[in-house]
Amino acid sequence: MFDPKVAEMLLIGTKDTLYMTLVSTLFGYLLGLPFGVILNLTRKNGLHPNKIVYGIGDFICNIVRSIPFLILLILLIPFTRFIVGKSYGSTATIVPLVVCSAPYIARIVESSLNEVDEGVVEAAKAMGASTLQIIFKVLFVEARVSLFTGAVITTGLLLGYSAMSGTVGGGGLGDIAVRYGYYRWQADIMVVTVLLLIVIFQVIQNLGMYFSGRLDHRKKR
Amino acid sequence: MSHIEIKNLTKQFEVKGDTITALNNISLSIERGEIYGIIGMSGAGKSTLVRSINFLEKPTDGQVLIDGVDLAGLRPVELRKKRSEIGMIFQNFNLLEQRNVLGNICFPMEIAGRNRQDAKAYARELLKTVGLEEKEKAYPSQLSGGQKQRVAIARALATDSKILLCDEATSALDPMTTKSILKLLKEINERFRITIVIITHQMSVVTEICQKVAIIDNGSLAEEGDVDKIFESPKSDAAKELIYEKKEGITPVRALKTSNQIRIVFKENSSYEPVIANAVLTLRKPLNILMADTRNVGGTARGEMILGLPEDEDSKKSFIAYFREKGLVVSEVIGDV
Ligand SMILES: Nc1ncnc2c1ncn2[C@@H]1O[C@H](COP(=O)(O)OP(=O)(O)OP(=O)(O)O)[C@@H](O)[C@H]1O
Ligand SMILES: [Mg+2]
Repeated sequence: MFDPKVAEMLLIGTKDTLYMTLVSTLFGYLLGLPFGVILNLTRKNGLHPNKIVYGIGDFICNIVRSIPFLILLILLIPFTRFIVGKSYGSTATIVPLVVCSAPYIARIVESSLNEVDEGVVEAAKAMGASTLQIIFKVLFVEARVSLFTGAVITTGLLLGYSAMSGTVGGGGLGDIAVRYGYYRWQADIMVVTVLLLIVIFQVIQNLGMYFSGRLDHRKKR
Repeated sequence: MSHIEIKNLTKQFEVKGDTITALNNISLSIERGEIYGIIGMSGAGKSTLVRSINFLEKPTDGQVLIDGVDLAGLRPVELRKKRSEIGMIFQNFNLLEQRNVLGNICFPMEIAGRNRQDAKAYARELLKTVGLEEKEKAYPSQLSGGQKQRVAIARALATDSKILLCDEATSALDPMTTKSILKLLKEINERFRITIVIITHQMSVVTEICQKVAIIDNGSLAEEGDVDKIFESPKSDAAKELIYEKKEGITPVRALKTSNQIRIVFKENSSYEPVIANAVLTLRKPLNILMADTRNVGGTARGEMILGLPEDEDSKKSFIAYFREKGLVVSEVIGDV
């Protein structure tokens, strides 16, 4: 249907998209997970309530999340250049994707951890568990289904954002869709990229949900 | 030296500028190997009191001594070590939902840094103690309430605790299951010489297994002492209320609107004689039985009755004198218990 060149381009685009999505999810979690844990610990009924720390974290989270992604992308150009040396291409796109997703991830992590039964945390405390032990052995374990589902949703979101970054030269399938679909009116290529995005999204989502179901021991079998 | 000593404990909470005094100057001594009940109405401060024993709640004032050691003087690491030696079970069991039964029992041992293989072997042993050997691979969601509490008990024993705190441990269970859990606690108390502190709002739990009881009323200690003594002749209003009206599904005595009520308590020896019938025959006055019950208090059967006496003072007095003469404990039920 397409000549080999187009096929190759689509293949590279798919790889770039997956690369951006997965790497930014990973780095997003590297920042967002501890951030979310801190929010959970310092909230009012948390293990270490601290109004100031919580207030600052909460504020940063809300500010970053209220900036639309495309604007953040442009705002961060100097920062991106500083980190990766250039402001276009898939690696450069990862920077704004991480900045944008980290507070979002922090919120998702916070709310997953908040759902853990306080009684169970109390029981662990009564057994003499330290805060670190409670985080790793109680909170992460008891909230794992919710944490995992959150990660799947985040990955899907970042897939969409990575495609969006194509409008400003971000690389990947979104880039191809914009260049061929918008500037050259080659609808067939655009449709294929969109289909590819949908397929990737479905695969992530369904695999994610399958695994999260297997992780859960709360329901009766 | 008492195993647990609570000295002038006061706990206040600040809520939106208001100060709530949850516990007011409470002093108690709990001896090694005792089963000690703490009973009171909802909101009396029972949970706050039991949570003070392992310092989950830090007292506003006063002291908690375990084996003579003041918990307030411990560094955080030492306090955690101390807590690991005090088992605790809860109304909602508080098991880890994502770990199976064996994993739950191993949990406190993991926290204490015990080697995995040893922990598993010991957990299996404890499962035998609580009668759930065949459930080691089950997850909490697959267990009944009674089974969950058995797992929680095994978990509480895993670090060789010498104290077991139970906060409403049977309140979510039906009467049969409650009985079996209480029986298990009794066995554990005897076998491991563990001091057990039982928080409850049900008098039946206290009379079933406790030797001593403290009655908490509105944050203060209303009465404290041997269960059978308090059961026979409660002094404080709070104690009377808990003892006279302990049964759900039975019309509260005060609803019967009869004045001149008395409560008599008899031990097994006196229950052979038909005391009531004889009293009526001797005094030739009518008598109304408002409530009658027998129960097990600390291993011996006790009967209790609430009687409506004739209105006139003389017959009332003679009935009371008659019962006292027969060796029964008689107390007047004040109109508005
Ligand atoms: N963390 C807290 N902050 C504010 N008030 C509290 C807190 N914990 C307990 N209280 C108050 O202290 C009092 C005693 O509560 P506590 O939970 O000890 O009662 P309880 O006897 O265990 O009641 P129940 O039988 O309902 O469990 C209540 O008035 C309660 O509102
Ligand atoms: Mg309570």
